[in-house]
Amino acid sequence: MTTRFRQALNSGKFVITSEIGPPKGTNLEKMYQHIDLLKDKVDALNVTDHQSSVMRFPSMGGCLAVLENGGEPVLQMTCRDRNRIALQGDLLLAYSKGIKNVLCLTGDAVPVGDHRAAKGIFDLDSVQLLHLIRRLEGGTDFGGNELLGSVEFCTGATVTPEAIPLEPQLFKFEKKVDAGAEFFQTQAVYDLEKFTGFMQYARQFPVKILAGIVLLSSARMARYMTAHVPGINVPQNLIDELAQAPKGGALQKGIEIAGRMIATLKKESICDGVHIMAINREEAVPDILVAAGLPV
Amino acid sequence: MKSITKQKPFDEVEMLIEKFNRIYLIGCGTCATMTKTGGINEVRDLKKALQSRGKLITGCIVIPTACDEMTAEMVKENEKAVQDAQCIIVMACALGVQRVNSSWPKPVIPALDTLFIGMEESPGQFFEACDQCGQCILGETAGICPLTACHKGLLNGPCGGTNNGKCEVDPEKDCAFTLIYERLKEQDRLDLLRKYHPPKNYHVMPRPKRTVLLLERGS
Repeated sequence: MTTRFRQALNSGKFVITSEIGPPKGTNLEKMYQHIDLLKDKVDALNVTDHQSSVMRFPSMGGCLAVLENGGEPVLQMTCRDRNRIALQGDLLLAYSKGIKNVLCLTGDAVPVGDHRAAKGIFDLDSVQLLHLIRRLEGGTDFGGNELLGSVEFCTGATVTPEAIPLEPQLFKFEKKVDAGAEFFQTQAVYDLEKFTGFMQYARQFPVKILAGIVLLSSARMARYMTAHVPGINVPQNLIDELAQAPKGGALQKGIEIAGRMIATLKKESICDGVHIMAINREEAVPDILVAAGLPV
Repeated sequence: MKSITKQKPFDEVEMLIEKFNRIYLIGCGTCATMTKTGGINEVRDLKKALQSRGKLITGCIVIPTACDEMTAEMVKENEKAVQDAQCIIVMACALGVQRVNSSWPKPVIPALDTLFIGMEESPGQFFEACDQCGQCILGETAGICPLTACHKGLLNGPCGGTNNGKCEVDPEKDCAFTLIYERLKEQDRLDLLRKYHPPKNYHVMPRPKRTVLLLERGS
């Protein structure tokens, strides 16, 4: 069995993924609009799993909506809210419903979100979750019991190529590769020189790397991310570029920057593709693709 | 090992003893004295505060170590004052509270919240050192426990939230895996960070945990 996304990863083409952030509530209208807008423009659509530990409509529900509309979903699965029993149950459900790509994440810490008093589970971590999936694929659960009907997933993970210090991240990256990760969608990349250095290292492993592109919507947002989001460092020249944009034109400038970066990554074959995160601005993704000179 | 506590807000203590007018007070001469939460001075302060709210304090005592078995004897020695009281307020960690509770049938009210089992880094600064998981991995983590030092208790390396050696939860907190990495590097043992740790057994000793010590060695 192979998934459409796995086929795209192995086709040699420059792979494009993006993501859908489900709403807080049951009004799914906007989420469906975003899915409809993006499903045919990208190779797969991730659906976030209570991103930043903020309670929302679940990733599984968003993935089912992507499938319903003929898109190719990537189920983001964190270890924050479920123990190994619940994770396995959800994987069985996902597979049975046709969701066959999974991005394995540890998950953000509970206190950064909007239910600060909740219990963080973290029974497993991202590396152990990858192992768990491979175990299920072998026909037994994590307790060693035989499954009545198993699963098969295209599994991925994340890496932070600009983390300081970097070496412990790379050790973990290699553990993820050993655990069977086929693709990586990286944390936001802005410094292409640094990222190229990371790719020179990462190329020795048989995995596909999609560079994380987070849309910058203003100089203020860029400064905020640099100051507050771990592993993100927007270079000063990009911040200046956003600051110098004409009034009301910062978002357009951000789209241009994202497009330019994607075009460079593709032209210089630096990595295997990009994962575009236009947090809360999913409707800007087609403009980014146009700015990158990609077919829409 | 120290049981680290903080005082409950006075309002909460007042609410817990709403129905009681005659109270016996117990402090602890060990951990709660060191953390200044249940020593002689704190017992005296609480006594005064309760008296000012019209409560009658039938007696008070600071037991050298409230969690040990001598507590039952101390309570007995003060039987009259304890008997006179409708409840006992304990200014000790939850171990002390439970010790008193098991040695006396009257209602026992905690005046402290027990935060963690910790060590003192420098005067007045405590940190959580051990989760008592029953499966010690310090031998592979440069003597730094990722279960307590990492917010998420991760085993296989830092999460993406690590930030210049600090934690995403609190920029004042060190990232456990940066500490482990630096220490292992100094010791030329970085290979340990490459080792895969399978998921932990969270039931090495299922709760409620109990054990019987073998006091005599077999021949």
